[in-house]
Amino acid sequence: MTMEALVVLLVIFVLAMFIGFEVITKVPPTLHTPLMSGSNAISGITIIGALVVAGRGESTLGAILGFAAVVFAMINVVGGFLVTDRMLQMFKRSPTEGSGAAGK
Amino acid sequence: MSALIELTYLVAAVLFIVGLKRLASPATARAGNTLAALGMLLAIVATLFDRQIITFEWIIAGVIVGSLIGVILARTVKMTAMPQMVGLLNGFGGGASAFVASAELLTPGGVGANGDLYAGITIALSILVGAVTFTGSLVAFGKLQEIVTGRAVTYPLQKTLNALLLLAIIASGVWMVVVPHNMPAFILLLVLSSLLGILSVLPIGGADMPVVIALLNSYSGIAAALTGFVISNHGLIISGALVGASGIILSEIMCRAMNRSLANVLFGAFGSGAEGAAGPAGAVGDKTVRSVTAEDAAMMMAYARLVIIVPGYGLAVAQAQHEVRELANEIEKRGGEVKYAIHPVAGRMPGHMNVLLAEANVPYDKLYDMDQINPEFERADVALVIGANDVVNPAARNDPSSPLYGMPILDVDHAHHAIVMKRSMRPGFAGVDNQLFYEPKTSMLFGDAKDSLKKLITEVKSA
Repeated sequence: MTMEALVVLLVIFVLAMFIGFEVITKVPPTLHTPLMSGSNAISGITIIGALVVAGRGESTLGAILGFAAVVFAMINVVGGFLVTDRMLQMFKRSPTEGSGAAGK
Repeated sequence: MSALIELTYLVAAVLFIVGLKRLASPATARAGNTLAALGMLLAIVATLFDRQIITFEWIIAGVIVGSLIGVILARTVKMTAMPQMVGLLNGFGGGASAFVASAELLTPGGVGANGDLYAGITIALSILVGAVTFTGSLVAFGKLQEIVTGRAVTYPLQKTLNALLLLAIIASGVWMVVVPHNMPAFILLLVLSSLLGILSVLPIGGADMPVVIALLNSYSGIAAALTGFVISNHGLIISGALVGASGIILSEIMCRAMNRSLANVLFGAFGSGAEGAAGPAGAVGDKTVRSVTAEDAAMMMAYARLVIIVPGYGLAVAQAQHEVRELANEIEKRGGEVKYAIHPVAGRMPGHMNVLLAEANVPYDKLYDMDQINPEFERADVALVIGANDVVNPAARNDPSSPLYGMPILDVDHAHHAIVMKRSMRPGFAGVDNQLFYEPKTSMLFGDAKDSLKKLITEVKSA
């Protein structure tokens, strides 16, 4: 990897952090737990790297590490998204009242 | 083909961002989560077309095993155990990143195999953060699950030892980067980083776990982003950065809600038990506490116009969220209004109480943040505190000598009456005596939260 390539990656990283800050600050405290489990599932994106490592098929060590990485990342992804969905489906508004006092 | 794959990663990243944006409201949040999951599916499918992948057996095996465990965990976990669950998932994410980085270093086809300097540096960082996230999360899980003591574990020279450990990690990282094909350096880096994860979470007490979980959440994102640097993958870097940012913001919010700095939470060993024993014990004797029976408490609530319920970690421990909802139903049937006041650090993770109450079918528009609800306590006939302590201690407002001083609290003492449900007079996490308990308007309802609530429900019904 060249220095230039590294700088490009760094630019992407920093800008993405800013997007993250902007988006996340708008999540209300009520949803902070689902936010954590959901963003956690997103961090399971490491699965991309894990799949490549597990599929190269060049050495036993690579296969073992790759397999372990795929298992861990998939637990993260599947468990994270499912549990978030399970939580979010429980959040409901008051049925009839339509009270104007609804949290912002 | 590879350009197409890269573009798919971009689409996935956009879906993640849009998905997170939809979390801005409970009404759109579920669809947002589904979008993010769709993004992940796209990314995974696209990766399978990567030219480097020539064998699928390990992939298929790994995907099946991982998915199965994921499904079982997600389906069976109790809402009260959500902090542990998220802690554990953080750990798996970090662990996966460390495995990928290790493979890139150690296998012939990996980017770090030919001794490239920048690849070496990113791999070393990725292993460090991944391993710290993994072992740190396991300790946090252990503490929340009460396998490991929830108290802050302290020993002499703790900070010095951790600092030395960090120096040793940097040294082994440099060694690994400078001398290629260096197995001893790799193992040293891995072991020391894992040790750092354990030792840095051990000294943090149970009620500070919201901050730790949020921080580990951030680490797991950073670990993914670093893995992106290792394999030069934009999708990983963007997604990792998003999660990194999310965790940082949440830790920030938690720290502010406790009026403490992040450094104080991480290194302050709050709740080690020492300060609890020393301070206020003597003061208890000359103050009186008024105990109340369930009948009398129920009477107050049955005729109240506004009842504000203040839940805390004790509610989760007692698993009494459904009883709370039932009691609220009874009060509402009699014409009273019920609102819920949620302190940002109530429970063991950000938003913990909200999820529990949502599980018990409490509508989310009845859950109020601290800033929204505080002006309303003056109007409340009864404030019912269930298993919360430090977050309702007026000492935080008016006693500069209290360790809690300056922490934003719920103004329960402004209500006409406060009923505090508690097992005993034991002080809360901060080890500080609670002034609220001695106020003339406060009545203590001692006993298990669930049992007491059941009694209250029966009494309110018959009142």
